[in-house]
Amino acid sequence: MSCEKMESRILAYVDGRLKESERLDVEKHLAACAPCRLRVEEFRAVCVLLEELPVIEPSPAFDARVRALVAAEPVKANWWAWLKVPPRVALAASALLVAALWFGTHQGPTPQPIQVDDAQMMQDLPVLEDHDVLTNFEPLKELPPPADDDSDNVQQQM
Amino acid sequence: MARTDVQLMLDVKAGDEASFELLLHRYRTPLVNFLYRMVRNREQAEDLAQEVFLRVYRAREDYVPSAKFTTWMFRIATNLALNSVRDNRYHKLEDSIDAPVMIDAENGDEKVLEVADKHPNIEQHLVEDARVKMIRHAIDKLPEKQRAAVLLHKYQELDYAEIAKILSCSESALKSLLFRAYESLRVELAPLVAVQGRP
Repeated sequence: MSCEKMESRILAYVDGRLKESERLDVEKHLAACAPCRLRVEEFRAVCVLLEELPVIEPSPAFDARVRALVAAEPVKANWWAWLKVPPRVALAASALLVAALWFGTHQGPTPQPIQVDDAQMMQDLPVLEDHDVLTNFEPLKELPPPADDDSDNVQQQM
Repeated sequence: MARTDVQLMLDVKAGDEASFELLLHRYRTPLVNFLYRMVRNREQAEDLAQEVFLRVYRAREDYVPSAKFTTWMFRIATNLALNSVRDNRYHKLEDSIDAPVMIDAENGDEKVLEVADKHPNIEQHLVEDARVKMIRHAIDKLPEKQRAAVLLHKYQELDYAEIAKILSCSESALKSLLFRAYESLRVELAPLVAVQGRP
């Protein structure tokens, strides 16, 4: 291995990051090359010196400032955000839906529509107060035939 | 068992604010230190670190774990730091280093602009150890990309592939960059290296 090739390996050697075969090649070169040996020693010394730099702590207000910056960020509109309802609201809505469906399938008998001839109905408006009579014409069939000019009597009987 | 960075970020994506808090707690110190060592101004470093977290938060909905979280986050941090260093250098170059510059203050009065010295101020000289000052100065003298490479390599313990992605270069280019940086450092720190080498 040449000194030039050593340039790309020397730091990895100092860091202990070389593969075994590469490390052996480097050590073989170092055994025969004093300048590279000196360079390795001095690079190691520089690494140790760099560790002497003190670590500074962020100021006490640092986290608060980051949180403030984050809080000031605009909230992005989300097309699906309306689906994210609270669980209680979802539960109440579900219960309401179930109740509506249940009541819808359990209704009482539907009243039959009144089969009345419209023209007749218009003529007999005063009689429409009693719809039961109109829906059931049987009683009317049992009435005696009207006498001549006896229209008043028929009214009284009804 | 603690969740990984990717798990936390995916939880943030799902709307879990507490996971973002955990990421903030996990990386605030390494980020601030990396940025402080890059820009050499504590207030600016914290501003930049806050910006990094804000950008991470903004990107949450589109987040896909295609790379390591640290690679992604430090890439944001490195880009911000490099831009800041270049902006600061540009502003320094605009001003004469030999004569004071008169500028218009907000209230309309003119005042003298003291061009900032690259070296720490007197108060820092009083409190900092000489060795630490020398080490910091050696790192400051590095070109910004070499500086970033050394800081990511030494203090964040990222592997070469990650650092190469962060600096947008090949792994072989990154190794060359690191080699030149450490060469400069060993020359600049020669007095301390020589002392260290003595039995």
